[in-house]
Amino acid sequence: MTEPLDPPGRKKALLRTPPPLSPPVPRSRAAMRFSVMAARGEFCLQQCRQCDTIIYPFRDACPSCLSADLVWEAVAPTGTLIALTTIRISPDGYFSNHMPWRAGCVRLDNGPSMMVHVHGDVLVDQHVRLIARTDKAGNGVIMALPEQDTPNMMDDPQLRELTCSPKFRRVLITDGTSRIGQAVARSVLGAGASLVMLGVPSRPGAGTVDADLAAREDVQLVPLEVTDQTSVAEAAASIGAKVDILVNTAIHIRPGDVSSRGNSIADRDEMDVHYFGLLNLARSFAPILRSRGADEPRSAVAWVNLLSAFALGNWSPMGGSAASFAAAHSAVQGLRNAMQGSGVKVMSAFFGPTDDEWYAHLQPPKIGPDLIARKIVGGLEQGLEQVAIGAIAEDIVERWREDPDLLPRELGRS
Amino acid sequence: MTSQARRSHGYDGVAVCAPVTVPYARYSNESAHWWIARAIRMALDESGLEPGRVDGLCVSSFTLGVDSAVGLTQHLGLTLNWLDHIPMGGASSVVALRRAARAVQAGDAEIIVCVAGDTNQVHSFRRTAEYFSRFSQDAAYPYGAGGPNACFALLTDHYMRHFGVQREDFAHVCVAQRANAGRNPLALFRKPMTVDEYMRSRMISDPICLLDCVMPCAGAEAFIVTTPEIARTMGKAFARLLATQEHHNAFPEDPIQYRAGWARDPRRFWDTAGVTPDQVDLVQTYDDYPVISLMQVEDLGFCDKGEAGAFLRERNLTVDGEFPHNTSGGQLSGGQAGAGGGYLGTVEALRQLNGTADGRQVKDARIAVVSGFGMINYDRGVCSGAVVLAGEGA
Repeated sequence: MTEPLDPPGRKKALLRTPPPLSPPVPRSRAAMRFSVMAARGEFCLQQCRQCDTIIYPFRDACPSCLSADLVWEAVAPTGTLIALTTIRISPDGYFSNHMPWRAGCVRLDNGPSMMVHVHGDVLVDQHVRLIARTDKAGNGVIMALPEQDTPNMMDDPQLRELTCSPKFRRVLITDGTSRIGQAVARSVLGAGASLVMLGVPSRPGAGTVDADLAAREDVQLVPLEVTDQTSVAEAAASIGAKVDILVNTAIHIRPGDVSSRGNSIADRDEMDVHYFGLLNLARSFAPILRSRGADEPRSAVAWVNLLSAFALGNWSPMGGSAASFAAAHSAVQGLRNAMQGSGVKVMSAFFGPTDDEWYAHLQPPKIGPDLIARKIVGGLEQGLEQVAIGAIAEDIVERWREDPDLLPRELGRS
Repeated sequence: MTSQARRSHGYDGVAVCAPVTVPYARYSNESAHWWIARAIRMALDESGLEPGRVDGLCVSSFTLGVDSAVGLTQHLGLTLNWLDHIPMGGASSVVALRRAARAVQAGDAEIIVCVAGDTNQVHSFRRTAEYFSRFSQDAAYPYGAGGPNACFALLTDHYMRHFGVQREDFAHVCVAQRANAGRNPLALFRKPMTVDEYMRSRMISDPICLLDCVMPCAGAEAFIVTTPEIARTMGKAFARLLATQEHHNAFPEDPIQYRAGWARDPRRFWDTAGVTPDQVDLVQTYDDYPVISLMQVEDLGFCDKGEAGAFLRERNLTVDGEFPHNTSGGQLSGGQAGAGGGYLGTVEALRQLNGTADGRQVKDARIAVVSGFGMINYDRGVCSGAVVLAGEGA
């Protein structure tokens, strides 16, 4: 049975923060394809299109018929743990710092054997559930979990290396005054966060924090205007070292396509919040999060960025803001690469039209703040790098994966 | 076509001689080139040949950096008619013997130096493990970076539970090898070991303990393959090849390794050799972990599958025993000099057959079997092979 985590005490001021070490990095191109799917939480393996053999490890040709026609398919993530070891000595620095480490050999129910990370509650010869996630190097790996949930199973130290659970962690929500920001705050507190820092923007039109939330001892209000580099730098100087999870909820959406607005005021505002705001945050907070990637027992683990799903394909009714989110989407990719090696995951949270005034001119379905918060916290707990929130975002992301050129054409006719 | 018709040709006209070992060092600042050069030089000194007489070279090494056997020809000033590079780790000497023997037999080359050697610098082991193979990089090393220890821990765990083998059975193998090493001045570990010490040895990757693991080190081993006529001019004893086998990626359908290529057709191997397992005077298995030695004893037909633990436990495995096994101390007590570990058994068998294994000579050693195993490309050893060697007295 997994030992429940102890709430970490206050860090001693003289304790050194160990620099993060990355697990092994080099991978084949085929393995990187697996990492992409693992980052979304999908358990996919290669399958031969000619003879249907399920293949592992990742190959460029089928070991049954030599066909090079391989496709990635979702595979039933179940198998039997046929051998188990506890590694106590490793030549690798990252693993040396995390000894002992359980690894095993799982025979898939409908496929090959695979070496996997093994959850502490799994015993040899047991039937297991497998998950694919990215590790602290950002590479896809497989872990065997107990077939049924066990008490405190998310607290398993090896599983916690793959996930970003808010439990006992401190979360900064960049716009803590919006409905979404406050829903995320309530949600991470519900998931065990020990402190929530709510950014309070100073730009005109920003909201206020609900009294019940503002009054909580585990909630702290922080002046934070993402569009103001000085404000962001000051916030980082004051609270940056205790941010384990940063959720960028700063959103400024106005209707209109790229040709219908009379001037660029709204376009600039959107760019200011979504793109330049993100850059300001990245400049001030990313280096601090990076340096705290191995600051156990409470390390920096994740950066979550809300992005309109229309960042992936421009849709005229929201075409102006879509362009600013496309810029932000690109910046998030850059941020993910910049965080490489630190263990801090960068999650893109794609959302569809929300049930607020700026989408009032659109037909349903629309999503509320609670769903957004739930999806974000679920993604953190699972250690995902990408979530799609709501039916429209899911639909857009799926079409985009199928053909990124087809998506904007389809959107243009809808 | 009958299996008789497919039987491979014999090895008439082939002599194996001049076994040499460059004394191992735990760490070395020298390059693999340096270690390999010394081994070749030693083999030439041993045989009284000038470097210009060598017309063939067969090399195995993990630490030549950007060089292959090709680079070595120029580096070492060897002008050759025949060159081979065998990147097969623990199976290297068996495969080198097969290749070189056919080249000599066919007249493609006359004097082939077969050499394996590696350096061991402080980061060599980690680098070799991290960049070992694409499968290892993608699907093994990222899972705890245990390297070969972790892979062997898994198959040892499975083997022990499946066949009811105990750690005491491994201890018996390790303790006997240490006793043999005590009589080999070249072995890195010569202090006697007890079963109790083995049982108390700390875990590295359960159930693999420290004394199950080989010590990575620097070193080199070599021998010469030539014709009996040329071998005789050296005035030294030489050995003949009675049979060989080589397998790669055998039994890919096994969900985890509990056997390797040797198990494919042991009867044919012994028929070709013209001897039976009980006529063998000494056995050199590839011993990077004791479980693999047990598998070889089974798969080569000394006993049935799953019974090697009991078979070996009932026998004295030391130089003076009824089943002399890894008479130099093997890699477990001698150290693993990279690809040199794949040569150690053959070089030791040649010494025994030549009657030059000072201080640890197996009495009346005439027939030896050497088995090789190597390349944990992902979850198992891919290459396996074996040879039966006969001394001049056979």
